[in-house]
Amino acid sequence: MKARVTVTLKSGILDPQGKAIEGALKSLGISGIASVRQGKVFDIEIEHGDRAQAEALLKSAAEKLLANTVIENYRIEIT
Amino acid sequence: MQSAVLVFPGINRERDMARSLKLVSGVEPAMVWHAETELPAGTDLVVVPGGFSYGDYLRCGAIAARAPIMDAVRAFAAKGGLVLGVCNGFQILCEAGLLPGVLMRNTRLKFICHDAFLRVERSDTPFTRGYNAGQVIRVPVAHGEGNYIADHETIARIEGEGRVLFRYCAPDGAVGDSSNINGSINAIAGIVSERGNVAGMMPHPENHVEGIIGSTDGRGLFAGLVAQFDKAA
Repeated sequence: MKARVTVTLKSGILDPQGKAIEGALKSLGISGIASVRQGKVFDIEIEHGDRAQAEALLKSAAEKLLANTVIENYRIEIT
Repeated sequence: MQSAVLVFPGINRERDMARSLKLVSGVEPAMVWHAETELPAGTDLVVVPGGFSYGDYLRCGAIAARAPIMDAVRAFAAKGGLVLGVCNGFQILCEAGLLPGVLMRNTRLKFICHDAFLRVERSDTPFTRGYNAGQVIRVPVAHGEGNYIADHETIARIEGEGRVLFRYCAPDGAVGDSSNINGSINAIAGIVSERGNVAGMMPHPENHVEGIIGSTDGRGLFAGLVAQFDKAA
Protein backbone atom coordinates (compact mmCIF):
# COMPACT_ATOMS: atom_id res chain seq x y z
CA MET A 1 0.00 0.00 0.00
CA LYS A 2 1.29 3.44 -0.93
CA ALA A 3 0.68 6.71 0.76
CA ARG A 4 1.59 10.34 0.42
CA VAL A 5 1.96 12.79 3.27
CA THR A 6 2.00 16.44 2.26
CA VAL A 7 3.32 18.97 4.76
CA THR A 8 2.58 22.65 4.26
CA LEU A 9 3.22 25.78 6.30
CA LYS A 10 0.25 27.08 8.23
CA SER A 11 -1.23 30.28 6.89
CA GLY A 12 0.26 33.34 8.51
CA ILE A 13 3.68 31.74 8.90
CA LEU A 14 6.24 33.72 6.93
CA ASP A 15 7.90 31.57 4.24
CA PRO A 16 11.13 33.25 3.09
CA GLN A 17 11.95 30.34 0.76
CA GLY A 18 8.55 30.57 -0.93
CA LYS A 19 9.07 34.32 -1.32
CA ALA A 20 12.47 33.75 -2.96
CA ILE A 21 10.97 31.20 -5.38
CA GLU A 22 8.16 33.65 -6.13
CA GLY A 23 10.77 36.31 -6.95
CA ALA A 24 12.72 33.90 -9.18
CA LEU A 25 9.57 32.98 -11.12
CA LYS A 26 8.90 36.68 -11.70
CA SER A 27 12.46 37.18 -12.94
CA LEU A 28 11.95 34.28 -15.38
CA GLY A 29 9.09 36.23 -16.85
CA ILE A 30 6.47 33.75 -15.66
CA SER A 31 3.75 36.24 -14.87
CA GLY A 32 0.36 35.85 -13.22
CA ILE A 33 1.60 34.11 -10.07
CA ALA A 34 0.20 35.82 -6.99
CA SER A 35 2.22 33.93 -4.38
CA VAL A 36 4.24 30.76 -3.72
CA ARG A 37 4.52 28.75 -0.52
CA GLN A 38 6.93 25.85 -0.27
CA GLY A 39 6.00 22.53 1.32
CA LYS A 40 7.21 18.93 1.48
CA VAL A 41 5.93 15.66 0.04
CA PHE A 42 6.72 12.23 1.52
CA ASP A 43 5.95 9.14 -0.54
CA ILE A 44 5.66 6.22 1.82
CA GLU A 45 5.20 2.51 1.30
CA ILE A 46 3.23 0.69 3.94
CA GLU A 47 4.13 -2.89 4.82
CA HIS A 48 0.63 -4.16 5.58
CA GLY A 49 -2.65 -3.81 3.77
CA ASP A 50 -5.00 -2.65 6.50
CA ARG A 51 -6.21 0.85 5.62
CA ALA A 52 -7.33 1.98 9.08
CA GLN A 53 -4.08 0.75 10.56
CA ALA A 54 -2.11 2.58 7.86
CA GLU A 55 -3.98 5.79 8.55
CA ALA A 56 -3.22 5.59 12.26
CA LEU A 57 0.42 4.81 11.52
CA LEU A 58 0.79 7.74 9.13
CA LYS A 59 -0.94 10.12 11.54
CA SER A 60 1.53 9.15 14.22
CA ALA A 61 4.46 9.55 11.78
CA ALA A 62 3.25 12.99 10.73
CA GLU A 63 2.61 14.21 14.27
CA LYS A 64 5.81 12.82 15.74
CA LEU A 65 8.27 13.64 13.00
CA LEU A 66 7.21 14.60 9.49
CA ALA A 67 5.50 17.85 10.49
CA ASN A 68 6.23 20.37 13.19
CA THR A 69 2.65 21.15 14.12
CA VAL A 70 3.68 24.48 15.64
CA ILE A 71 4.14 25.82 12.11
CA GLU A 72 2.96 23.11 9.71
CA ASN A 73 -0.19 21.28 8.64
CA TYR A 74 -0.18 17.82 7.07
CA ARG A 75 -2.46 15.85 4.79
CA ILE A 76 -2.48 12.06 4.40
CA GLU A 77 -3.52 10.30 1.20
CA ILE A 78 -3.58 6.51 0.86
CA THR A 79 -3.77 5.00 -2.62
CA MET B 1 30.19 21.75 37.66
CA GLN B 2 30.00 18.48 35.76
CA SER B 3 28.59 19.02 32.31
CA ALA B 4 27.55 16.62 29.58
CA VAL B 5 27.85 17.72 25.94
CA LEU B 6 25.59 15.80 23.55
CA VAL B 7 27.10 14.62 20.27
CA PHE B 8 24.93 13.99 17.21
CA PRO B 9 26.10 13.07 13.70
CA GLY B 10 26.77 16.34 11.85
CA ILE B 11 27.32 18.43 14.97
CA ASN B 12 30.52 20.47 14.65
CA ARG B 13 30.66 22.84 17.62
CA GLU B 14 30.86 20.24 20.36
CA ARG B 15 34.61 20.62 20.83
CA ASP B 16 34.41 24.43 21.05
CA MET B 17 31.75 23.96 23.70
CA ALA B 18 33.74 21.33 25.61
CA ARG B 19 36.86 23.50 25.51
CA SER B 20 35.04 26.53 26.95
CA LEU B 21 33.31 24.48 29.63
CA LYS B 22 36.66 23.00 30.67
CA LEU B 23 38.36 26.42 30.65
CA VAL B 24 35.76 28.11 32.80
CA SER B 25 34.67 25.27 35.10
CA GLY B 26 37.98 23.42 35.34
CA VAL B 27 36.14 20.14 34.83
CA GLU B 28 36.34 18.09 31.65
CA PRO B 29 32.82 17.64 30.27
CA ALA B 30 31.50 14.19 29.37
CA MET B 31 30.83 13.78 25.66
CA VAL B 32 27.59 11.83 25.30
CA TRP B 33 26.74 10.04 22.05
CA HIS B 34 23.17 10.47 20.79
CA ALA B 35 22.43 6.74 20.85
CA GLU B 36 23.02 6.55 24.62
CA THR B 37 19.92 6.23 26.75
CA GLU B 38 21.30 7.66 29.99
CA LEU B 39 23.25 10.72 31.04
CA PRO B 40 26.40 10.14 33.14
CA ALA B 41 25.64 10.00 36.87
CA GLY B 42 26.32 13.31 38.58
CA THR B 43 25.59 15.49 35.54
CA ASP B 44 24.84 19.09 36.61
CA LEU B 45 24.40 20.64 33.20
CA VAL B 46 23.45 19.21 29.80
CA VAL B 47 24.64 21.18 26.78
CA VAL B 48 23.24 20.64 23.30
CA PRO B 49 25.91 22.20 21.06
CA GLY B 50 25.75 23.82 17.67
CA GLY B 51 26.44 22.45 14.24
CA PHE B 52 24.29 20.77 11.67
CA SER B 53 22.95 17.55 13.12
CA TYR B 54 21.86 15.23 10.31
CA GLY B 55 22.71 17.95 7.80
CA ASP B 56 19.55 19.84 8.78
CA TYR B 57 17.54 17.12 6.97
CA LEU B 58 13.75 17.42 7.26
CA ARG B 59 13.90 20.52 9.53
CA CYS B 60 16.90 21.74 11.47
CA GLY B 61 17.13 19.82 14.72
CA ALA B 62 14.15 17.59 13.89
CA ILE B 63 15.97 14.26 13.69
CA ALA B 64 18.33 14.90 16.60
CA ALA B 65 15.34 15.88 18.77
CA ARG B 66 14.07 12.28 18.41
CA ALA B 67 17.39 10.62 19.29
CA PRO B 68 17.43 8.08 22.15
CA ILE B 69 19.44 10.37 24.47
CA MET B 70 16.73 13.02 24.29
CA ASP B 71 14.38 10.98 26.50
CA ALA B 72 17.08 11.08 29.18
CA VAL B 73 17.44 14.85 28.65
CA ARG B 74 13.67 15.26 28.98
CA ALA B 75 13.67 13.31 32.24
CA PHE B 76 16.66 15.36 33.49
CA ALA B 77 14.88 18.62 32.65
CA ALA B 78 11.65 17.40 34.27
CA LYS B 79 13.59 17.00 37.51
CA GLY B 80 14.79 20.60 37.25
CA GLY B 81 18.21 19.83 35.74
CA LEU B 82 19.84 22.66 33.77
CA VAL B 83 19.91 22.30 29.99
CA LEU B 84 21.52 24.76 27.57
CA GLY B 85 21.12 24.63 23.80
CA VAL B 86 23.23 26.77 21.50
CA CYS B 87 22.48 27.34 17.80
CA ASN B 88 21.51 23.89 16.43
CA GLY B 89 21.12 22.98 20.11
CA PHE B 90 18.41 25.65 20.45
CA GLN B 91 16.70 24.29 17.33
CA ILE B 92 16.90 20.75 18.76
CA LEU B 93 15.39 21.82 22.12
CA CYS B 94 12.50 23.53 20.30
CA GLU B 95 11.91 20.46 18.12
CA ALA B 96 12.05 18.26 21.22
CA GLY B 97 9.32 20.33 22.85
CA LEU B 98 11.61 21.42 25.69
CA LEU B 99 11.32 25.05 24.57
CA PRO B 100 8.38 26.71 22.78
CA GLY B 101 8.45 28.03 19.23
CA VAL B 102 10.61 27.22 16.24
CA LEU B 103 13.61 28.63 14.36
CA MET B 104 12.80 29.47 10.74
CA ARG B 105 14.91 30.54 7.78
CA ASN B 106 16.46 34.00 8.32
CA THR B 107 14.14 36.59 6.76
CA ARG B 108 16.89 37.87 4.49
CA LEU B 109 17.63 34.24 3.47
CA LYS B 110 21.36 34.62 4.03
CA PHE B 111 23.52 32.42 6.19
CA ILE B 112 24.91 34.93 8.68
CA CYS B 113 28.32 34.43 10.20
CA HIS B 114 29.69 37.40 12.14
CA ASP B 115 29.74 38.99 15.58
CA ALA B 116 26.39 40.14 16.93
CA PHE B 117 25.47 42.40 19.83
CA LEU B 118 23.07 41.00 22.39
CA ARG B 119 21.26 42.76 25.18
CA VAL B 120 21.03 40.63 28.32
CA GLU B 121 17.44 41.01 29.47
CA ARG B 122 17.75 39.65 32.99
CA SER B 123 20.49 38.58 35.34
CA ASP B 124 18.46 36.45 37.75
CA THR B 125 18.67 33.12 35.92
CA PRO B 126 21.37 30.44 36.19
CA PHE B 127 22.28 31.18 32.56
CA THR B 128 22.62 34.97 32.85
CA ARG B 129 23.69 35.57 36.45
CA GLY B 130 27.21 36.28 35.18
CA TYR B 131 25.87 39.44 33.51
CA ASN B 132 23.96 42.55 34.51
CA ALA B 133 20.46 43.12 33.14
CA GLY B 134 20.73 45.57 30.25
CA GLN B 135 24.38 44.70 29.60
CA VAL B 136 25.38 44.47 25.94
CA ILE B 137 27.66 41.59 24.94
CA ARG B 138 29.34 40.77 21.63
CA VAL B 139 29.30 37.12 20.56
CA PRO B 140 29.36 35.43 17.14
CA VAL B 141 26.42 33.99 15.26
CA ALA B 142 26.62 31.38 12.50
CA HIS B 143 23.25 30.26 11.24
CA GLY B 144 20.86 30.22 8.31
CA GLU B 145 17.79 29.41 10.37
CA GLY B 146 17.71 31.51 13.50
CA ASN B 147 14.52 33.42 12.93
CA TYR B 148 12.60 32.70 16.14
CA ILE B 149 8.85 32.48 15.80
CA ALA B 150 5.91 31.27 17.85
CA ASP B 151 2.20 32.02 17.84
CA HIS B 152 0.87 35.24 19.39
CA GLU B 153 -0.22 33.60 22.64
CA THR B 154 3.14 31.92 23.14
CA ILE B 155 5.06 35.14 22.48
CA ALA B 156 2.74 37.05 24.84
CA ARG B 157 3.34 34.42 27.52
CA ILE B 158 7.12 34.37 27.03
CA GLU B 159 7.30 38.17 27.17
CA GLY B 160 4.81 38.43 30.03
CA GLU B 161 6.80 35.96 32.11
CA GLY B 162 10.08 37.69 31.25
CA ARG B 163 11.50 34.58 29.62
CA VAL B 164 13.57 36.34 26.96
CA LEU B 165 17.22 36.12 28.02
CA PHE B 166 18.90 37.83 25.06
CA ARG B 167 17.81 40.13 22.22
CA TYR B 168 19.75 41.18 19.13
CA CYS B 169 20.61 44.85 19.50
CA ALA B 170 22.79 47.72 18.32
CA PRO B 171 26.14 48.26 20.10
CA ASP B 172 24.40 50.74 22.42
CA GLY B 173 21.75 48.19 23.39
CA ALA B 174 18.93 49.64 21.28
CA VAL B 175 16.63 47.00 19.79
CA GLY B 176 15.24 47.70 16.32
CA ASP B 177 14.74 46.30 12.84
CA SER B 178 18.24 47.21 11.64
CA SER B 179 19.96 45.19 14.39
CA ASN B 180 17.51 42.28 14.23
CA ILE B 181 19.87 40.19 12.13
CA ASN B 182 17.57 37.25 11.33
CA GLY B 183 14.07 38.67 11.67
CA SER B 184 13.17 36.97 14.96
CA ILE B 185 9.96 38.13 16.64
CA ASN B 186 10.85 40.90 19.11
CA ALA B 187 14.53 40.36 18.17
CA ILE B 188 14.58 37.28 20.42
CA ALA B 189 18.03 35.64 20.47
CA GLY B 190 17.58 33.41 23.51
CA ILE B 191 14.80 32.23 25.82
CA VAL B 192 14.32 30.16 28.93
CA SER B 193 11.66 27.59 29.80
CA GLU B 194 8.73 28.21 32.11
CA ARG B 195 10.56 26.60 35.03
CA GLY B 196 13.71 28.52 34.23
CA ASN B 197 15.96 25.48 33.83
CA VAL B 198 16.10 25.00 30.04
CA ALA B 199 17.64 27.76 27.93
CA GLY B 200 18.25 28.10 24.21
CA MET B 201 20.08 30.74 22.18
CA MET B 202 21.26 31.09 18.59
CA PRO B 203 24.56 32.98 19.23
CA HIS B 204 27.72 31.19 20.32
CA PRO B 205 28.97 32.38 23.74
CA GLU B 206 31.44 29.45 23.76
CA ASN B 207 33.46 31.16 21.03
CA HIS B 208 34.13 34.29 23.10
CA VAL B 209 35.69 33.05 26.31
CA GLU B 210 39.41 33.56 25.61
CA GLY B 211 41.20 36.90 25.34
CA ILE B 212 43.24 35.71 22.38
CA ILE B 213 40.03 35.59 20.32
CA GLY B 214 39.45 39.30 20.94
CA SER B 215 36.44 39.12 23.23
CA THR B 216 35.55 37.32 26.43
CA ASP B 217 31.92 38.45 26.45
CA GLY B 218 30.66 34.87 26.33
CA ARG B 219 32.52 33.85 29.46
CA GLY B 220 29.90 35.33 31.79
CA LEU B 221 27.39 32.70 30.76
CA PHE B 222 29.68 29.83 31.77
CA ALA B 223 31.06 31.63 34.84
CA GLY B 224 27.48 32.24 35.97
CA LEU B 225 26.62 28.55 35.61
CA VAL B 226 29.73 27.56 37.56
CA ALA B 227 28.81 30.06 40.30
CA GLN B 228 25.32 28.56 40.42
CA PHE B 229 26.73 25.16 41.33
CA ASP B 230 29.37 26.54 43.71
CA LYS B 231 26.55 28.20 45.60
CA ALA B 232 24.56 24.98 45.65
CA ALA B 233 27.50 22.89 46.83
